[in-house]
Amino acid sequence: MTKKIKNLNLNFGPQHPAAHGVLRLILELDGEVVEKADPHIGLLHRGTEKLIENKTYMQAVPYFDRLDYVAPMNQEHAFALAVEKILKIDVPIRAQYIRVIFCEIGRILSHILNVTTQALDVGALTPSLWGFEERETLMTFYERASGSRLHANYFRAGGVHQDLPKGLEEDIAKFCETFPKIINDLESLLTDNRIFKQRNVDIGVVTKEDALDYSFSGVMIRGSGVPWDLRKSQPYDCYESLDFKIPVGKNGDCYDRYLCRIEEMKESVSIIKQCLAKMEKGPIKSLDGKISPPPKAEIKQSMEALIHHFKLFTEGYRVPKDEIYTAVEAPKGEFGVYLISDGSSKPYKCKIRAPGFSHLQSMDYLIKGHMLADVPAVLGSLDIVFGEVDR
Amino acid sequence: MKSLEDLEKKINSELNTKINYTKIKHNQIYIGTDKEDIIDVSIFLKTNHDTKFRQLIDITVVDYPEQNQRFEVVYLFLSHEFNQRLIVKYSIAENEVIPSLTSIFPSANWMEREVFDMYGVSFKDHPDLRRILTDYGFEGHPLRKDFPLTGHSEVRYSEDQKKVISEPVKLEQNYRNFDYESPWEGTRYIKEEIENNDKKN
Repeated sequence: MTKKIKNLNLNFGPQHPAAHGVLRLILELDGEVVEKADPHIGLLHRGTEKLIENKTYMQAVPYFDRLDYVAPMNQEHAFALAVEKILKIDVPIRAQYIRVIFCEIGRILSHILNVTTQALDVGALTPSLWGFEERETLMTFYERASGSRLHANYFRAGGVHQDLPKGLEEDIAKFCETFPKIINDLESLLTDNRIFKQRNVDIGVVTKEDALDYSFSGVMIRGSGVPWDLRKSQPYDCYESLDFKIPVGKNGDCYDRYLCRIEEMKESVSIIKQCLAKMEKGPIKSLDGKISPPPKAEIKQSMEALIHHFKLFTEGYRVPKDEIYTAVEAPKGEFGVYLISDGSSKPYKCKIRAPGFSHLQSMDYLIKGHMLADVPAVLGSLDIVFGEVDR
Repeated sequence: MKSLEDLEKKINSELNTKINYTKIKHNQIYIGTDKEDIIDVSIFLKTNHDTKFRQLIDITVVDYPEQNQRFEVVYLFLSHEFNQRLIVKYSIAENEVIPSLTSIFPSANWMEREVFDMYGVSFKDHPDLRRILTDYGFEGHPLRKDFPLTGHSEVRYSEDQKKVISEPVKLEQNYRNFDYESPWEGTRYIKEEIENNDKKN
């Protein structure tokens, strides 16, 4: 007698702690082996691109915080750079250093979250408790500079919104001294941990070729041994003058990606240190009154400043007709903005290229033939945040 | 290919019948082509030893409702080897079906689904052309310029029917779109300056 065996369809998410947000994953299982994975996304779709088309350039910045909400300022950076290139304005050197410092803080924020939750997904609770304490410190830095812990709205075309408050530079420098020890502590919990290795080594292997074909970027492509980092290859702001290394993986599995992230955090600390050492006093945004708002005190005195202020906060600045694609190395990979301006004060189109979108797309390819228990491990190492995938 | 100029020459000589124009701007190459040639062009760009645009970064569409050929399809490519970016474009009319790149770049799958979802452009030979970002059962294509910002319908849980229902959007207050384009700038010399700037670009 022959028995007919049917594959089981399993619905993973959209409310599942290991789904890292609102991911609905439909898995086809043969026993415990995954035959096919079909991610359903869009449950967090907010129409960011449509909204940006209806806002002025300055009003568009906060939407970028809400994409990858784990590293908000990195996204703002891409947009600011795109507008700056079209307007052909220079950014004061101090503003460049401030932006790089906060982008690297964002990278550490994102990597801590990812490394520790990946550990959580495979059964280790302690790293997330240790890591989140540090994230809290970093978010207070965000708060002291911009006024809010998460949705900073801090970068502007032409610089940053305001200068750093007194004492913040010293506190960031102190953090850079203590943080490497925390990374070492995290590593002592995970790197040689037998369970962590069993769950991650040789899981979700990506070859070099496939990493290119599937449009991977960031840690996903470096983990597979492609030395590609936009901060090095297409440097923006002051990255050219900084000295840092690009960690590259060998095997392209989840474990290598974890190691890359750990090393990148160490490099970020060194970048922040260099910036703090090189930073000098000076202007923090473009001095062009047509683009950046005048200081409050000046508005009381100068008619021109008052007009500029009024025009900037009603109509906003106009951007000449042009189109551009600008990308930055966000913690998760290449985050790009394809901006089309039409000469008015609102973007005609603003396409956002989120790294997580192409990473999640490869879920089916990555997970095919793995066991059900590997799904959270692979998902964790993809570093998915639904704010940016769904936009 | 080392410089962008060399690459531009190379592309022009190898693909001259398939290319409408090339230009270099913002350190990127922009190429205009036609719907029929996009497959050949992208195969060439991907496989040729002097271009090696191995990665498809994104696919998107720009909507110009006032034009005859309403949609402009945009492909962004990246070459790691030569550290160059390239943008390929072509225009299509509203109901045209365009070829899918999924056989060349597997990552085109979701990008094309997104274009289909947001703009309603259909792809030929796409393995799985479904909506991706919008809700199950959504109607319309949100990123078209004639789609209102508020959308057409809103969704809520109905206590009476004990299920989620969809109704036409009712706004407590009309959506306000302030026009800040200043009447002061009607002065002739400023208008001329703006027009001149437009011409330059």
